[in-house]
Amino acid sequence: MKHKNSPAAGTPAADKPAEVTAREQQPAAWQCIIDLPSERGISRLVTEPLLEHLGAHGWPPADIFSIHLAAEEAIVNAIVHGNKLDPNKKVHVECLISAELARVEITDEGAGFDPKAVPDCTSEERWEVPSGRGVMLMRTFMTRLEYNAKGNSVLMEKRRD
Amino acid sequence: MATYRRIDVSKLGEVSVVKFVDKKILEEAGIQELGAELFGLVELENRKTILLNFSGVEFLSSAALGKLITLDRKVKANKGRLKMSNIRPEIFEVFQVTKLNKVFDIRGEESEAIAAFTA
Repeated sequence: MKHKNSPAAGTPAADKPAEVTAREQQPAAWQCIIDLPSERGISRLVTEPLLEHLGAHGWPPADIFSIHLAAEEAIVNAIVHGNKLDPNKKVHVECLISAELARVEITDEGAGFDPKAVPDCTSEERWEVPSGRGVMLMRTFMTRLEYNAKGNSVLMEKRRD
Repeated sequence: MATYRRIDVSKLGEVSVVKFVDKKILEEAGIQELGAELFGLVELENRKTILLNFSGVEFLSSAALGKLITLDRKVKANKGRLKMSNIRPEIFEVFQVTKLNKVFDIRGEESEAIAAFTA
């Protein structure tokens, strides 16, 4: 059962144990909706504020690393493989960060792909192939990873342990 | 001696010790340039014994993994040896889940890696 964050309605913070106070003083959930141009290196427009708000919501560094990695991989995939760096196509990103949940949804304007058709990068004959690890990393480092039927949109979630 | 922008290279005996300038190695952080500099160590300078010291590297994406795999292949093709050290736990997990810890020779500290070259 997840602990739901509730405001300390009228209770003086000084009366609370330090840990509870820290938890209750978490800022409200942060939401971000942005359309990125299909350019290399543009992912930081999302990842920089994302990291900042994960920190502000008290996520531990290891989880922040995981979410950063998954978001980076997904945005690069959308720009390079989805939109094929087409300057006329955008990557639509929606983020929701609270103390318990990090959700990132990334949609490109490409033809989509079948994530099940990506070869297993951990099979021995593919160990030395220099690409094809992004989706696997996203799946490993997030709690939930789902593609839409077309395969041009991915929804990722990480829940705080 | 070549000039590098993405790596710092020093010599410890026979071993070329390479450290990374960027804390975050991802696509935007000049990864093509990083790859070119790493490959140049092998292809232009013919360095045979290379240690990549990851101290100071906080983040690394799959684009960087690709460069490391290609470097490993180039070193092996040149009959050289490549080792890695000082990898923080989160990044080591990236190597583990992609099974690259079985491809690369990864040691704990720089001194262990140096000792392993001479063993």
